[in-house]
Amino acid sequence: MSAKQKRNLLRIIIAVALIVALHLIPTEGATRFLCYMLPYFVVGYDVLFKAARGLWKRQPLDENLLMTIATLGAIALAFTAGDGDYDEAVEVMLLYQIGEWFQSYAVGRSRRNISELMDVCPDYAEIESPSGELEKVDPDDVAIGTTIVVRPGERVPIDGVVTDGVSTLNLAALTGESRPKQVEPGDEIVSGSINLVGLLRVRTTKEFGESTATKILELIEDVGAKKSRSEDFITKFARVYTPIVVCAALAVAILPPIALSIFGNAPAWNVWTYRALTFLVISCPCALVISIPLSFFAGIGCASRRGILVKGSPYIESLAKIRTAVFDKTGTLTKGVFEVVAVHPEEFDETELLHLTAHVERYSTHPIAVALRAAYLKEKDGCSVEKVEELPGRGVKACVNGRTIYVGNGKLMDEIGVEWRDECHRKSGVVVHVAEQGRYLGHVVVSDVVKPNAEETIAALRRLGVKKTVIFTGDGRDAADRVAQELKIDAVYSELLPGDKVAKLEELLAQERPGKETLAFVGDGMNDAPVITRADVGVAMGAIGSAAAIEAADVVLMDDDPLKIATAIRIARRCIRIVKENIWFTIGVKVACLALGAAGIAGMGAAIFADVGVMILAVLNSIRALYPGRLN
Amino acid sequence: MKKSYKIEVDCPNCAAKMEVAAKKTEGVVDAVVSFITLKMKVEFAEGVDERATMELVRTNCKKVESDCEIIF
Repeated sequence: MSAKQKRNLLRIIIAVALIVALHLIPTEGATRFLCYMLPYFVVGYDVLFKAARGLWKRQPLDENLLMTIATLGAIALAFTAGDGDYDEAVEVMLLYQIGEWFQSYAVGRSRRNISELMDVCPDYAEIESPSGELEKVDPDDVAIGTTIVVRPGERVPIDGVVTDGVSTLNLAALTGESRPKQVEPGDEIVSGSINLVGLLRVRTTKEFGESTATKILELIEDVGAKKSRSEDFITKFARVYTPIVVCAALAVAILPPIALSIFGNAPAWNVWTYRALTFLVISCPCALVISIPLSFFAGIGCASRRGILVKGSPYIESLAKIRTAVFDKTGTLTKGVFEVVAVHPEEFDETELLHLTAHVERYSTHPIAVALRAAYLKEKDGCSVEKVEELPGRGVKACVNGRTIYVGNGKLMDEIGVEWRDECHRKSGVVVHVAEQGRYLGHVVVSDVVKPNAEETIAALRRLGVKKTVIFTGDGRDAADRVAQELKIDAVYSELLPGDKVAKLEELLAQERPGKETLAFVGDGMNDAPVITRADVGVAMGAIGSAAAIEAADVVLMDDDPLKIATAIRIARRCIRIVKENIWFTIGVKVACLALGAAGIAGMGAAIFADVGVMILAVLNSIRALYPGRLN
Repeated sequence: MKKSYKIEVDCPNCAAKMEVAAKKTEGVVDAVVSFITLKMKVEFAEGVDERATMELVRTNCKKVESDCEIIF
């Protein structure tokens, strides 16, 4: 509680005590009036002061002035009626202040809760002084290339490379992934992760300001800067709501009495003035103005806890309406690295075939070569590899332990006059043939494998009502079709140049119903920036350590699990539902209060009670968006 | 040129009023106030002095909401 909140709480308590005391001690006439003014001023002096100031500065009508008019009006009515019923005016002011207090307290609390969730950045770095002592320094002052020390239990302050020490890191704050990650010297680590067990020495590769956690924090702090359509609606509604209520109040005060006197009845000015004043106490659109942005903020907080950064409330809205999901293939649905998926030797065993291929590819940097080497772990076994010759577009030829081995595609096999076969594998990946001077030794199938969660992602999206899933890829048709088939994707656009991707995306965008349906593009953020920017929702995946991807996208998935996109949609939908509940519930209660107030069924006390109550409920409902409920 | 400032304000409606006041200030192209994050993001016109402009923004905001503060 801030000092101000404490002071206001004290005022509320004193006022309540005074009102209770006044109920117990009978008072009459002027004494009674003065006694009741005491709690009224205790609890409402700032409202009165602000109202007077607003009038003086010729500001437009605000809730302070309206509350002042309503309560002073009620006191005047009680005074003229001579019944000394000042209770109601005092209670209205009291309830109004209780509402304001609760609002400030609840928002402060949830603001702190959400910021804590997003608090990924440590505010110091430790460096070792020449004498071996650890010294805490401002991370902003740490130059690139400095060696910092990260003790167990502490957060990594700056991105860097481990130079010494072995440990496990917890990346939960960044990715939402709770499984710890092993690191050893040579591994890159990112700021914001927590060192769990061993002392690490890290050579920094970025400045603090450019490090992952700092970037993320910056992004989160800017979240409020963009307003969603619901928030815009509420802002506009709030602007017209107060004047409309005031006009309605004037109409209620004047029209019925006039009508009554025309028809020969008593005008009952007192009754209608009182009903008009009832209107004024519910003139503050506070409940809406606070609960809508709060819901969005809580939703964004909830997503960020799961490693999904949503860059503002408009994207929560568009996430909730996704009907088409376009995926980049390599690195998004597939791992983006080739792996050996099958080994079919003609004569000797599989290990021997892999042994030979690994040796021949010893010096090559081609992704397929990397995969072949990775498949045979003991490549550096002392065998002699000589006369390596790259045959562009066909393969590699090398002399392994004196034997000339050819590794390459069918074209190469044809050239050296070897009979080969691969019928069974044409669809499943790249086939690498192996031959030795006129003898066919067999083949190895290398393929870009799909991520473990990819199939589940597509299925989950379909369950969420996504109508169309699409793959965009620059890769060849066979590979793209194979992945699409495996994952049950609706449409594939293969062999696309980067420029084609934007054009194809435009085509798909033209097919959707504007405002009702949105299209998401999910890519790895490396070379998809134009497409990510053009899509309704641009999602960058595996963004840890890639500032460019964080920059370009609307939604950033911190790790490379595509299933997170479904989680993001679920969180967004829930958030939007809460926003809608709040809008309709709040407006509904206000309209009901106005109707009941006009009919004389609800008095001023009841109206303010309902108004404050609906605000409290709406705020509590917003906070629900922070907890996602069941996500699967 | 965009900059973000911390603000102090009590009620969401007051924050909305500050936003309108800040937007109308000379030298400010656009301003967004978030009550939730207690931040004001100001986009300055080309070549204006940020500090002097922020003084103006503060004066204008105080006019509509006496109980507010902008930290810069």
